[in-house]
Amino acid sequence: MIRSKRGAGGNAGPDSVRFGHRRLQDRDLTRGDRIARAITLLAALVPAGLLFFLAGEIVSAAIPAFIYSGWGFFTGQIFTFGNLYATTLSHHHGITAPHAAAYGALPFIFGTLASSLIALAIALPVAVGAMLVLTERLPWRVRSGLSVFVEVLAGIPSVAYGFWGVLFFGPFLAQNIYPTLSRVLGIIPPFRGSVGAGEGLLTTSLVLAVMIVPIIASTTRELMRTVPILAKEGAMALGMTPYETFKVVTLPYVRRGILAAAVLGWARALGETMAVLVISGDLLNRLPSNIYGPFSTLAGTIVDLLDSALTDATGMGVHALAALACVLLLITVATNLVGRLIIRSAAGDLVLPIGRGV
Amino acid sequence: MRRAFRTGRDLAFWSLCGLALLIVVAPALAIVGGLLQLAWPALTLHLFTATTVNNGLQNAILGSLVLCLGVLIVAGPVGIAAGIYLAEFAPLRGGSLLRLGYETLAGIPSIVVGFVGYIVLAQALHWGFSLLAGILALSTLVLPYVVKTTEVALIQVPTTLRDAGAALGLSRLTTLRRAVLPPAIPAIASGLVVALAISLGETAPLLYTVGFTGQNPTLNLFHSPLGYLTYVVYLNSTLPTKAEHEVAGAAGVVLIVLLLILIGIGRAVARWSVRYSSSMLS
Repeated sequence: MIRSKRGAGGNAGPDSVRFGHRRLQDRDLTRGDRIARAITLLAALVPAGLLFFLAGEIVSAAIPAFIYSGWGFFTGQIFTFGNLYATTLSHHHGITAPHAAAYGALPFIFGTLASSLIALAIALPVAVGAMLVLTERLPWRVRSGLSVFVEVLAGIPSVAYGFWGVLFFGPFLAQNIYPTLSRVLGIIPPFRGSVGAGEGLLTTSLVLAVMIVPIIASTTRELMRTVPILAKEGAMALGMTPYETFKVVTLPYVRRGILAAAVLGWARALGETMAVLVISGDLLNRLPSNIYGPFSTLAGTIVDLLDSALTDATGMGVHALAALACVLLLITVATNLVGRLIIRSAAGDLVLPIGRGV
Repeated sequence: MRRAFRTGRDLAFWSLCGLALLIVVAPALAIVGGLLQLAWPALTLHLFTATTVNNGLQNAILGSLVLCLGVLIVAGPVGIAAGIYLAEFAPLRGGSLLRLGYETLAGIPSIVVGFVGYIVLAQALHWGFSLLAGILALSTLVLPYVVKTTEVALIQVPTTLRDAGAALGLSRLTTLRRAVLPPAIPAIASGLVVALAISLGETAPLLYTVGFTGQNPTLNLFHSPLGYLTYVVYLNSTLPTKAEHEVAGAAGVVLIVLLLILIGIGRAVARWSVRYSSSMLS
């Protein structure tokens, strides 16, 4: 991985001609160069263009639902497309929807935030700890062998996580772990009460935690490489234990980078769809009763309800789901941007992994 | 006394980190093991000869491969060209804006891409459930990865090569084609492998763009729903019977095997790239 645009290249002097670094003037370009530059520029505009296109489509599709519900969209708990067969229609703020339609997204927003934050709280120390021992203490051969597991975790399809969570992991937790947890931590309200069958908030969060470990881990691994080896050796030479070296030398170097990794991991957990859809238990119109209980997220609900939204002749069903997508988009884009800004100020040119931790 | 405390603390810290490593490794084993155990009875040749209608996977496997091929054709050239622009032609400021653009695109939830694919391609353009809509949705999703790996691969090529080209009076395009691009090819290829691995594993962007069918794929781009592996895992995991779960498990196993093959290819390419590039550069 590259840290600086200039790092890999030779140290070209100030007067050297550096193409790739705009020392060449435009007039030095041949016609072929200009054509190549124009074509590749078009291609380079595609990702940013797609970003604006997606955002524009989602926002414009979402507006009717936002107008219809007003602030109730963020505070309401009832999300229903209404009675699609009723002869009367509901009108709110100039928008027409099926009878008794209500679009309250609070349980979905809560579910998305809660599951992703719990997942982050679990995944962060685990991923960082694992990468620490992997990069600092284990021999090279073991390291490359074990990092296959991180790659496999990054690559396992989201649906496979869901399938495993709902058939194996959830039932296992509900039978063996949750009853004890409920007994021991029962004084704290969210941990009290029925533990269910394993489909719910905590199971989902645990599976999400497994899913976001790779992105946090691979970012941490890159960060560890930026720590100057001389400073570490100096600390060792002073007689510090490896833990003290980590605390005094390594940690200050990587602290903000790890914060950025956490934000990126969080963004990934926020947008996760298929695994959550299968494991969450899809509770509508209510907040989960305790941490074991079924719930819903923004992303999961979009998939879950799109089929029935299509039967809404007023088209409001699709608009309402677009509004959910819009909220989701805002949250994920904001977290991503924050993560990248943090790392730019912290680690300079360190190239961050994107999306799934590549 | 003090020394014992320090050694003890050191030991405790690294044991905790070791435990964390175990926690990372265990789920990978548990998932692969669990799927294998469940799918074992279904892992026969029947999977490859029958379609999903008869509890096989033939159409789903073919469909997934067709989608991957489509992604390679669409996202490959666009992504590589974009990477070339960012590494070789982009002005500093504009370049970092475009970079922020693809980094943000990579963070967009896949269901948002699928949803827009549905309202724009399937509905507004009246393509219905179609192969092309699925390919475009997947390509949107993997494009950032191709761009990024291409850009990083080119930046890693020493600037001296470009200087040498300029000193010889070659145009930038010729220098790029003959000197800068060749050593970067393996790294670019590994980016494409990542893109394929992601396309193989995605479900959310496909649900409402390509739909699903039990028929083998046709190469018809429009109005042609398509079977693919991840959908089988999703659908059958919500169905009640054991046989259906077994097929879902088998689809998961096939996915993971394909994925391991891709990871293997990626690693081989990476190893080859080190040797290949150093032979080109020395």
